[in-house]
Amino acid sequence: MSLVVRLRSLVCLLGRFPALAGVDLDVAPGEIVLVTGPNGAGKTTLVRVLAGLLAPHSGEAEVRGHDLFTDRRAARRRTALVGHETYCYDDLTATENVRFFARAAGVRDDGPVRDALERVALGPAADVVHRGLSAGQRRRLALAVALVRDPELLLLDEPHAGLDATGRAVLDDAVRAAPGEGRTVVMVSHELQIARTLATREVRVDGGQVVPIEAAPAPGPTAAGESGR
Amino acid sequence: MIWQEAALVASKDLRIEARARVAIGQILPFGLIVILLFAFALDPDRGVLARVAPGLFWVAVLLSMLLAVGRAFAIETHHAARDGLRLAGLDGASIFLGKAAAIALQLLLLEVVLGIGVIVLYGVDVHGWPIVLITALAATIGMAATGTLYGVLAAGLRVRETLLPLLMLPVLAPVMLGATRAFEDGLGGVPGDAWPWVAMLTLFAALYTAIGVLAFGALWEEGT
Repeated sequence: MSLVVRLRSLVCLLGRFPALAGVDLDVAPGEIVLVTGPNGAGKTTLVRVLAGLLAPHSGEAEVRGHDLFTDRRAARRRTALVGHETYCYDDLTATENVRFFARAAGVRDDGPVRDALERVALGPAADVVHRGLSAGQRRRLALAVALVRDPELLLLDEPHAGLDATGRAVLDDAVRAAPGEGRTVVMVSHELQIARTLATREVRVDGGQVVPIEAAPAPGPTAAGESGR
Repeated sequence: MIWQEAALVASKDLRIEARARVAIGQILPFGLIVILLFAFALDPDRGVLARVAPGLFWVAVLLSMLLAVGRAFAIETHHAARDGLRLAGLDGASIFLGKAAAIALQLLLLEVVLGIGVIVLYGVDVHGWPIVLITALAATIGMAATGTLYGVLAAGLRVRETLLPLLMLPVLAPVMLGATRAFEDGLGGVPGDAWPWVAMLTLFAALYTAIGVLAFGALWEEGT
C-alpha cells in the first residue's frame, strides 16, 4: 500500500528558526489525521510544506510519491488546502472563483462547480462576489474550491474557525465522507472536541517534531484564532 | 496546455479588472491627465507639442503601465490569492503569459484612448498608420513582458510601490527610445526609417517574453 504522505527527518527553516526540526510521519490512504499541539509547535508549517507552499530544507518528504524537494508542482495537483485564508479573489463571484480553480485542475464543465457550491450550502450565494460574502460563507467557499479539485490529500488548517452551525455541519460531512471519496485528510485543529470525533488518528506536534501522544502534556487552553507558526 | 492555462489566468485578471474598474476608472484617467498636463505646460506653442507628441505619448503610457503592473500583482495579495494560484498547480510560464497578456490588452486599450487624446489635444496628423500600429503592438508586448517579470520580483516586497519604477524604468528606456523614434517616423510619413526601431522593439519583446517564460516560475515561487 503506497503512502499518501511520507516524511523522514524533515526540517523546515523559517529564516534561521527550525519550525520543523526532524518530523517523521506516514499517512496511509483514507486516514483522517488530526494534528494537535500548542501554538508555535509547527503545525501550520507542516501543513504548508505538505501543500507545497513551503520548501523543506532537509530530510525526505513525499506526497503520493512526488518529492516535495524536486516536484512540488505535481504534489500540489493532488492536494488541496483550506487554510487561514480563502485564496480567492474579492471581485469574482463564488461561482467564478470555484470555476477558475476547477479549470486550473482540468475540470472542463460546470457540473462539478455547481455541485461543490451546493455541497457547501453556497448555492443561493453563487453569484455573490467574494467581498460580499460573510466570513463563514468565505470559509465554505474555500472548502468548495478545495473539493472541486477532487484532491487525494485534503489539508485543513483550523477549518472550524469562523464557521457557524451550518458551516460546521458542511465541513464535518465533507471530512467524514473523505475516505469514501478516495481522499485522505490531514487536519490541524485546536477545537479538539469536534476534531477528535472526525479523526481516525491523532498526531501531536511540539517543538517542530512529532511527539508521542502519551508523552506530551495534555493540550491546554489556547487562544482561538491565534495563528500557529 | 500552457496556452489554455495562460488564457485562464488572463481571462481571470481581465474579469477582475472589468468588475473592479481600476483600469478604466483610475489608470486611464491618470494617463489622460498626464497628456493634458503636457498640453497645458506646452500650450503656447502647439508646434512644439506636435513635434514631441510621440515622446509624450509613450511617457504617459509608461507611467500608466507602472500602475497596471502594480495592480496586476496587487490582486494576488488579498486573501493570499497568490498562494491559491500556486496551490492550483499552474505552470509558472502560463501565469507569466496570462498576466502579461492581460496587462498588454489593458495597455492597448489605454493607448487607443491616449492616442485619440494626443491627436485631438496636440494637433498631430498621422501619415503612416501601419507603422504606428505595429510599433504600438511590439512596444506594448515588450512593456507587458518586462512589467510582469519585474512585477513579480517586487511583488513580495514591502517597498514594491517605490521599487517597481526604479527597477523597470531604466530597463524600459530602449522601448521608450525605439517606440518614440518609430512613432516620429510613422507620424512624419517616412515609415521606412522606422523599421530598424520596430525590429529593435520586436527583439526586446521576444527577449523579455522568453526570459519571463523561463524565469517567472522560480521568481513566483521564491517571492513568498
